[in-house]
Amino acid sequence: MIAAFLGPLFWMMVAGYSITAAGLIMPTPRFVRAVTSVGTVVGGVAGLALACIVLWTDASLTLAAPAILAVAGGWAFHLDRLGALFLALISGVAIPVGIYAASYTASYEGRSSTRWMAFNFGAFLLSMSLVTAAANAVTFLLCWELMALSSFFLVVTEHDREESVRAGVWYLAMTHAGLLALLAAFFLLGAGGSIATGWSFAAMRGAAPLLPSSTRNAIFLLTLLGFGSKAGMVPFHVWLPRAHPAAPSHVSALMSAVMVKLGIYGLLRVGLDLLGGGPSWWGTLIIVLGAASALTGVLYALVSDDLKRLLAYSTVENIGLVLLGVGAGFLFLSLSQPEAAMLAMAAALLHVINHAAFKGTLFLSAGSIVHATGTRDMNLLGGLVTRTPWTVAAFLVGAMSIAALPPLNGFVSEWLLFQSFLPGVASSRAAIAGLLTLGVGALALTGGLAAATFVKAFGISCLAIPRSNEAAHAHESPLSMRVGMLAMAASCPLLALATIPTLSTITGALAGLGGLAWTAPQFHVGVTLRTPNGMATMSPVVVAVALAAALACTWIVMRLVARRTVRIGDTWGCGRIGQTPRMEYTSTAFAEPLRRVFDQLYRPNEDMAVGVVHPESPYYIQSVTYKTTIHPWFQRVLYDPLVRGIERMAAWTRRLQSGSVNAYLGYIVFVLVVLLVWVIGF
Amino acid sequence: MFNATGVVIEIAQALLGLAVAPLLVGLIGWVKARLQNRRGAPIWQPYAELRKLLGKEMVVSSNASWIFRTAPYVVFGSTVVVSLLVPVLITPLPFNQVADLFALVYLLLLGTFALALGGLDPGSAFGGMGSSREMTIAALSEPAIALAILSLALGAGSTNLGEMAARTIANPTVALSPGHILAFAALFIVMLAETGRLPVDNPATHLELTMIHEAMILEYSGPHLALVEWASWLKLTVFLTLAANLFVPWGLATSLSPAALAIAFVTTVAKLVVLAVLLAIVETRVAKLRLFRVPELLAVSFVLGLLAVTSSFSLSASSRHSGPESPSTTGAGGAPSALSPEGEYQQPARRLEGLR
Repeated sequence: MIAAFLGPLFWMMVAGYSITAAGLIMPTPRFVRAVTSVGTVVGGVAGLALACIVLWTDASLTLAAPAILAVAGGWAFHLDRLGALFLALISGVAIPVGIYAASYTASYEGRSSTRWMAFNFGAFLLSMSLVTAAANAVTFLLCWELMALSSFFLVVTEHDREESVRAGVWYLAMTHAGLLALLAAFFLLGAGGSIATGWSFAAMRGAAPLLPSSTRNAIFLLTLLGFGSKAGMVPFHVWLPRAHPAAPSHVSALMSAVMVKLGIYGLLRVGLDLLGGGPSWWGTLIIVLGAASALTGVLYALVSDDLKRLLAYSTVENIGLVLLGVGAGFLFLSLSQPEAAMLAMAAALLHVINHAAFKGTLFLSAGSIVHATGTRDMNLLGGLVTRTPWTVAAFLVGAMSIAALPPLNGFVSEWLLFQSFLPGVASSRAAIAGLLTLGVGALALTGGLAAATFVKAFGISCLAIPRSNEAAHAHESPLSMRVGMLAMAASCPLLALATIPTLSTITGALAGLGGLAWTAPQFHVGVTLRTPNGMATMSPVVVAVALAAALACTWIVMRLVARRTVRIGDTWGCGRIGQTPRMEYTSTAFAEPLRRVFDQLYRPNEDMAVGVVHPESPYYIQSVTYKTTIHPWFQRVLYDPLVRGIERMAAWTRRLQSGSVNAYLGYIVFVLVVLLVWVIGF
Repeated sequence: MFNATGVVIEIAQALLGLAVAPLLVGLIGWVKARLQNRRGAPIWQPYAELRKLLGKEMVVSSNASWIFRTAPYVVFGSTVVVSLLVPVLITPLPFNQVADLFALVYLLLLGTFALALGGLDPGSAFGGMGSSREMTIAALSEPAIALAILSLALGAGSTNLGEMAARTIANPTVALSPGHILAFAALFIVMLAETGRLPVDNPATHLELTMIHEAMILEYSGPHLALVEWASWLKLTVFLTLAANLFVPWGLATSLSPAALAIAFVTTVAKLVVLAVLLAIVETRVAKLRLFRVPELLAVSFVLGLLAVTSSFSLSASSRHSGPESPSTTGAGGAPSALSPEGEYQQPARRLEGLR
């Protein structure tokens, strides 16, 4: 009966996002902002309701329009539980982001076309939502491409800035390289039938087991490339630290919290659902790439001085953590340990959801900081805690969650990731145990470095004395931004408390994929989270209660026992009176010890110039200038030669374009002759 | 044992830990003084310090925000929650179901995180330096802790502290297995780093450029400082109890009989005294490492952890049936040559560490 609501909800979602896109034809900027916000919230609520019905009941949505694009099998949608999980994620993030956008986009008025932005924003949300429901390759690829294009236009919103355009070009190039790989992968998958029939996911699922193993391996590698480049997996992550800072913050929040996750969705859809898992080297490869992404991401996040670039690199890190879980899942599946595989996959998907919550919070509050101060450079921030208290509160919640601190949600999913690796070490072959042991090490190092990164991000940009005039005159954001941001932040502790229901929803979504019937409930529904093989138990709720109780008791006892007089004084400056921001630690300085520890990786360029009062006497120093830059090695090794090669090729093909009309007429005649010969000859 | 009695005992045990922590630190200081031919302060000196600090007024920087004022409570509260997890007298405890060893590590990280923010908040260069260094060391010690936990979990089949201790009690020879001993060594090094003891950090120093923990808490005074200090003593006590009762759980009570509890009390106190004396001897014998040699020490700890996992794995594999080859990961990378026995003398810190 409830299934009857699915169709209307689907159309309501489409209508909501279409309203957002209709901002294009609104008369005044105020109307544009109003429809952006209202449309997004309506679409998000409808999408969330739709996804929840599919997740919690037996209903599933199937819609098809075979007449449209009939040659390729028509438009076809089928929302199953795996898709619904990601649809819930998209919609859940869209609602606060929509509220936030109502006043955030006002700052773009007069600088960029907010109409065009609203149109692309609606198209972006709609295409992402439709990707999760696509039931054949053509629908999937079309939505995928629409998602890429609309997000590209959003990235280049500030197209008068060279940095934005460069970021957009990188993004466009990487995403289309990925698209090519996906096209090839679907061609191989659908090779059994014609485009009209064989390209539906159901047909592919049926034909996949019959494919030769070399084809299956090729499909897997191509999908890993295609979806990995969207997810920001090392070494295809180069677009992320460029595009996320360039995009408006509500768009970065969506891209980072949701869009990159669709790469994970694609990997699960093709690798797990359609192909049904593969040999153990698939999982091993994903684990290795995941560990590389996690460590690379966090190490570059640590040394970033640009707040939004730091968050972008941290997304690479978290995708790495998710891939570690997914890889372990594939590995256990190939070793016929379905329970362990389920645990690992569920941990990965829990992290997907948790990361969406805290990274959304972080990007929205970073947007609020940029809105308040006009800069993303942490070395110019500081002192926001008294000036923009709500923004800082949201940022703190996000930072604590992402640093995996109890009792927030990041802690729960990282704990579960650790636990999902343990059974593998205990019961596998030596080589696999070794790999998983190193995976645990990578996971732990990533966690520690992420804590350091976010102490830096929060401590330097929000605490102490402002380091610039802009930061000193920062102002709190308007109401709608605060509401969106705080709603997103509130989801972090709530998700931690609701771990058990979330996990059972996830296992419900995963059950049955990959040809394995996981019907038994894998997690005890109760207060305590027990991993299936009984290695460990943990209760996020009781940990939270215990922490709260301990804090409250400490506070009460201190009120009773300790003296409470407070004298406000200066910060200790070794006797020097009057503290200036120049005495504070900067973002660069904070990361310096770890930068030195990982010197071999960063290979920073350093340049120190000492200005002296008189050239004859080096002892009277007037100024010291220290400059340091880090040029990522994968850029140097992998992409710089590639870009040079492409530019050389482009220069070579340019010779064809002489600019002379005669030459062009010549080309046309030449092609005509060739075609005529071809027609006559065959 | 998830009942009222269990919970009462649990809380009583945590309060006991809280009460004993200053005494343990006093004992370490006293033994150190004796080893250095000094008379030293009496072992109850830390209690007097706490009393003094609680009665003083607080001086708070005008730049500091609520973060600075909240951080001591978070540190203290989270450390108390950690102390609920550790078996002091009796095992398994009700709270062991609630959090395991990984959760314990992250609860401790919560305190470190809060204190690092508290160090940055007043905007002093010392605070920033302390926070930066503390987080560096905390980050680099995580992998070693994780591998040590992993190795213990391989032996015990669980990461819940109660079960780990219970299995070692049930099978006492496990405590002498190479995996166990290597994991102990790894965790001991990490403990030195995490609790800010020599050779990583010198709790007695106030030389600006060498201090880590002390630099971070430089701005704290009065009751705030009392909380921070007490929390760090409690952390040390927790780590020592963990080392005592996780690796050598002999004597720990598994039932509520008075005799068993009495035995547990005596053995735990004896183990703690032995460890405290050991720590005092280590601290007298080694010099502080330069900050940028600390990662090497932690790398040694990581390699020890890796060796521990390898040995636990090959043992558990061979006990399963025909033992497969042990993983060849141990030879790779950081061979344990980094720790020169003489250590490195503390540089007189005349050169600015931040500049090259």
